[in-house]
Amino acid sequence: MDAKKIYSIGGLFDTPDSITHAAEAAVKEGYTKFDVNTPYPVHGMERAMKLKPSLIGYATLFIGLSGAAFAFLFMYWVSVMDYPLIIGGKPFFSWPAFVPITFEVTVLSAAVGTVAVLIALFFKFPNNAHPLHDTNYMKNVSSDKFGLNVAVIDPLFDENKIREFLSREGAHDIEVFYEPEKKPVNVFDKRFLGLLVVVAIVTAGVTYFTLNKLIYMQPFTWMGVQDRLSAQSQNVMFDDGFGMRTPVEGTVARGFTPYEFKGQPDSVVKNMSNPLPFTKEVIEKGKSRFDTYCSPCHGYYGKGDSRLNGQFPNPPTLHSDKVRNWSDGNIYHVITNGQNVMPSYAKQISRDDRWAIIHYIRVLQRSLNAKDTDLETKK
Amino acid sequence: MEYQKKELPAKVQKTGLLLAGIGLLLILVSYFIDPRREAFNNIIGLTFFASIAIGALVLVALEYISGAVWSVPFRRVSEFISSSLPLVLVFAVPLFLMMGMLFHWTHTDVVSADKILSGKTSYLNIPFFIGRTIGIVLVLYIFYAVFTRNSRKQDKTKDQGLTKTNVKLSALFMPVAGIGLTFLAVDWIMSLEPHWYSTIFGVYYISATLLAGLAATTYAAVSLNENGYLMPGINKDHYYSLGALMFGMTNFWAYIAFSQFLLIWYANIPEESVWFVMRWEGGWKYISVILIFVRFIIPYAGLLSQPSKSDPKRLKNVSIFILAAHFFDLYWLIMPTFSKTIVFSFYELGFPLFVVGIIILVFYYQAKKHNLAPVGDPKLQRSLDFHL
Repeated sequence: MDAKKIYSIGGLFDTPDSITHAAEAAVKEGYTKFDVNTPYPVHGMERAMKLKPSLIGYATLFIGLSGAAFAFLFMYWVSVMDYPLIIGGKPFFSWPAFVPITFEVTVLSAAVGTVAVLIALFFKFPNNAHPLHDTNYMKNVSSDKFGLNVAVIDPLFDENKIREFLSREGAHDIEVFYEPEKKPVNVFDKRFLGLLVVVAIVTAGVTYFTLNKLIYMQPFTWMGVQDRLSAQSQNVMFDDGFGMRTPVEGTVARGFTPYEFKGQPDSVVKNMSNPLPFTKEVIEKGKSRFDTYCSPCHGYYGKGDSRLNGQFPNPPTLHSDKVRNWSDGNIYHVITNGQNVMPSYAKQISRDDRWAIIHYIRVLQRSLNAKDTDLETKK
Repeated sequence: MEYQKKELPAKVQKTGLLLAGIGLLLILVSYFIDPRREAFNNIIGLTFFASIAIGALVLVALEYISGAVWSVPFRRVSEFISSSLPLVLVFAVPLFLMMGMLFHWTHTDVVSADKILSGKTSYLNIPFFIGRTIGIVLVLYIFYAVFTRNSRKQDKTKDQGLTKTNVKLSALFMPVAGIGLTFLAVDWIMSLEPHWYSTIFGVYYISATLLAGLAATTYAAVSLNENGYLMPGINKDHYYSLGALMFGMTNFWAYIAFSQFLLIWYANIPEESVWFVMRWEGGWKYISVILIFVRFIIPYAGLLSQPSKSDPKRLKNVSIFILAAHFFDLYWLIMPTFSKTIVFSFYELGFPLFVVGIIILVFYYQAKKHNLAPVGDPKLQRSLDFHL
């Protein structure tokens, strides 16, 4: 390497007043490429240095507007084009909802972008350091001293004259600063290429492992994994593959009484009558069972007008003359055996509950077709 | 740098008299033709006038409480503008006589048939309403009187203790002014639609008030300084501070106005959104959209760049524009209650001309009596040496 390249010559001052006067004197001497470094913003320094208004505002404006446009268009793309969701009944393109986020992104990008631009300009991108870094001068001006340095690019640069000028103005610790040394870099160096290969392999391996293995590992399952079949899942033990099994033929569950007229014609119903008393508790129980099991098709009032109406063959109303004239046993037989599209409810509804439902159906029927005697009993 | 007291030229008085005269004539003619419409305009005039006077007074207190240095040479300008404060009551007197025409909560038969309104009668009743307005103006005027008495005494005695007294007083003044302005806004503007409510409404009016007082002060201060009526030594950095404050307040208004709109728009509760629906139908839509531009976007763009904040010509233009926008804002707030469709003609022009004329006249007479610079203020020299 030959002699180091000079960047600038600078000296330290002790008070804000002396640095302001020094800056004014530097302007008077005719220096244009000099800079002042202070630990805090000194009021009036711009005027003393005769600086023109900074152009950084335009960078800020540009970055801020770009951030605003990006945020706004991104939200437009997300909520109108890519994944439209109705939120609060508003149109997909609801610009007032975009405003706060656009504002935030504008401010954030303008602030961060300005700092990035300043660093790039001061360090002369792609350099990542400044000639004044790691100098005694910088150490002092970032704590309690004030510094002035004249750069070598100044047309009036003359080392001795500037030294004389600085000491005349009362500077101490006058120092010469050099450009950072640049070592040539050989891109095809074997060690560098080897490092690249290792980094590539490690990165690819870690990425593969993370995406394919790591994210599926469960350190704690919290009983989420059990040796039983979930509902609707396949069973490999049986040929038919059903996870849900029907009881073995002839099985009788505890507290269960089999229906002796299973699959038999309606004529058997004359043998049955409702064993439950006609009380308030029974009717309330019947109502709760009816609302759970019967209302999805027959409707809450038994009119056959449920929400499923139209999707299947419509269920009949329970208020027809036919059903009203049926005996309790006939209705019991239909619930237990099923009829037409209606399946058997024997497995879901217990025997007593079926009889309770029948009491409740009678109440519903009576409510639409009251008898004259009902009025009298009210007396 | 000695302060030379100079009287304002007779041109100022003439301008004030001319504006006030034309305004008064228009007001009288309009009252004769359509009293109800002019009464609504009277509310615009009242709130416009009150916000300039009170806004300027808040600036005076703001200087004391924040220990601001740069604004000392302009303080007298704010003080003179706020001296017109008691005249707010003159604007209110005709309205007190016509309340039945304006506020439908004043009709007892309507209120008793309306469950919501009968729940509000403890606040919305005529004696309390009139008492509030008079009370707020008087209390604020007492603050004004003490501030300025101390300030003028200081011109002669140079007593620093008077500044301290005013600092303490302004700490007391700030919450009083905030509450007072909220009451004025709720009473005179929000109660036009007594079913509707917005909890941020007081802040909305406060932000507009600060902006109005600031714009009036800026215009007066810059024109006076250009013609050499203020202390020598006022420079670009003082102008920059005025411009930056106006810029900030413009943003503050937009922030508050948008906050109010966003929440009401998002929740879309009928009893809240009806207020914006009224300002979106029957042509009011255009006024609402123009308001965004005149109140925010144009002043924002006009003051955005650094040089524009210290350019005297720009500052004066923007100040006038902001005052006009403030009037426009109040028109947008108040007139939709009067008419479902958009109305604008000479009826609306009487009050702004009258208000501006009155303020110029008051300023002229104040400047005749008192110094335009607080020569005894301990911060004055520091203020003249002020640099950014």
